Amino acid sequence: MAAPEQRRIIFAHINEPGYSNDISCYVRHGGYEVLKKAVTRKPEELIEEVKKSGLRGRGGAGFPCGVKWGLVDRKSGKPIYLIVNADESEPGTFKDRYIMHQDPHQLIEGTMISCFANNVKQAYIYIRGEMPHGARILEKAIAEARAAGFVGQNILGTGYSCEIYVHRGAGAYICGEETGLIESLEGKRANPRIKPPYFPAVLGLYQCPTIVNNVETLCHVKYIVEHGGEAFTKLGTPNNTGTRIFCVSGHVQRPGYYEFEAGKITLGQLLNEVCGGPLPGRKFKAVIPGGSSAKILRFGETFTLKNKDGSTRTLAVEDIPMDFDTLAACGTMGGSGGVIVMDDTVNMVEALANINAFYSHESCGQCTPCREGSLWMKKITTRMVHGNARTEDAALLKSVADQIPGRTICAFGEACSWPTQSFLAKFGDEFKGYAEAKPTKPAPATPLI
Amino acid sequence: MNLKPATLQKIDEVITHYPVKRSATLPLLHLIQEDLGYVPEKAEEWIAAKLEIQPINVYEVVTFYPMFRRKPIGRRHIKVCRTLSCALMGGYKTCEQFEQEFNTHRGEVSPNGEVTVDFVECLASCGTAPVVMIDDDLHEKVDCAKAKQLSEQIKAEAKKR
Repeated sequence: MAAPEQRRIIFAHINEPGYSNDISCYVRHGGYEVLKKAVTRKPEELIEEVKKSGLRGRGGAGFPCGVKWGLVDRKSGKPIYLIVNADESEPGTFKDRYIMHQDPHQLIEGTMISCFANNVKQAYIYIRGEMPHGARILEKAIAEARAAGFVGQNILGTGYSCEIYVHRGAGAYICGEETGLIESLEGKRANPRIKPPYFPAVLGLYQCPTIVNNVETLCHVKYIVEHGGEAFTKLGTPNNTGTRIFCVSGHVQRPGYYEFEAGKITLGQLLNEVCGGPLPGRKFKAVIPGGSSAKILRFGETFTLKNKDGSTRTLAVEDIPMDFDTLAACGTMGGSGGVIVMDDTVNMVEALANINAFYSHESCGQCTPCREGSLWMKKITTRMVHGNARTEDAALLKSVADQIPGRTICAFGEACSWPTQSFLAKFGDEFKGYAEAKPTKPAPATPLI
Repeated sequence: MNLKPATLQKIDEVITHYPVKRSATLPLLHLIQEDLGYVPEKAEEWIAAKLEIQPINVYEVVTFYPMFRRKPIGRRHIKVCRTLSCALMGGYKTCEQFEQEFNTHRGEVSPNGEVTVDFVECLASCGTAPVVMIDDDLHEKVDCAKAKQLSEQIKAEAKKR
């Protein structure tokens, strides 16, 4: 079956010739019209539209945005904060970068609509430290929006005021975790907070109710308020509404970003048709479908899933529709939309060693199982790659990985153990045979560690 | 500490962005590092006084975030992405190329003081791997040939100084 056409809503103007990131260009393309209408409506109506839309967070967890907003404590008498999570750091993910660099006003409009809906007076955009140009572009865009009356005091003459500031991170992946991000914004180490009691909706920034939303999510809010929650549910598939931006990297002919209706395209269509298939003379071996912490899929494996009527269906990796629910049923996740492809030239022990080096570097160090476990997984896989593999390594790795998830304050524990668990489950033979096979292996042409 | 007047002005401005002064810790560290090239120990004390917190509160932040450095580096900072998508497309070879070009090892200042080459984790541009940041600028699809070309550019700019 031929792949569907892209449906560009959020990326409508990305890489469009002649489209610039200044406000005059945005306004020329109908920009800020949705905000103008939104501020004449009741905030509760806007929240209702977002709830109706079924929008699920695009940062990784896929938590329904309307539910998140519904949890905000509005009776505390304390100010409500909104933080834009622009700390795009999950390996394999590179969508928010383009929105912020090329279409920053789309994000600012979505943010202001969300602030108005939730009676927020102060918002922060927490952007990765490694995007200094992005931060400057956003600051310039906010200044333009302020001058035009879309941000700041007495917005569009309604009496409603809300300020946005850009706050730069400094290279720590854990700041993508919302409570870690809040700690960081308070000027501290980004050690995530324990939940309960520190649910951001109740005890967030400065112990005030706080909403943390991903860049792409807030852009979707703008679309939803413009077209209605109902219209948004017509895009995508039930429970996986709207579009999704897939970031494809690694061993395909045409890596890049592609926006499709959620669940309307299969993994096989995305990789073979949209991205042009494997590199010449190579075959796909494995794919990580939702950012590097998502569990890996092996080409050739099949999944038997239950249908609603009780019958079952069998899917190959290529048949999996790219939505949150089917990927979860296949034991992995849609996560942040970062699809990393590996072909038959890749040594899976080396690939895992690369991933483990990332997670051990990024563990905040506050929970022992994660701090020690991520480090030992790195040490073991690195040692294996460097010719010191032992027969018991596969079992040892599994034992370490199995002792981390569920025993940590935040989901980093899961994120760092899922790669090891899934690589062993899917490619166990490569790990088990490593101690014996290693001495005959030539040095890799493309080292991964 | 000899901070430029423009830096001092930005520092006073950015503190007003937050209802709690301590929140300005990261912005102040960025501003000082941009001005001085690194964060000297004196700066930790200076920021602590400015934000009415303890020096340890600044120290623990400086040592947590990979972007802050407590020692000077080379005039130019070459940051090669090490993470999976870039590694799959040859990121390790790219890093080696830069090391050779400047006769240095990653994490060290090159003998002529011109560059520091570092491996960094995912730069969120995986579709154009391997990627490299030179100071504030992102460079895409940096294979060995492009690494060589960028190095020559840096060397030529150094000669002009």
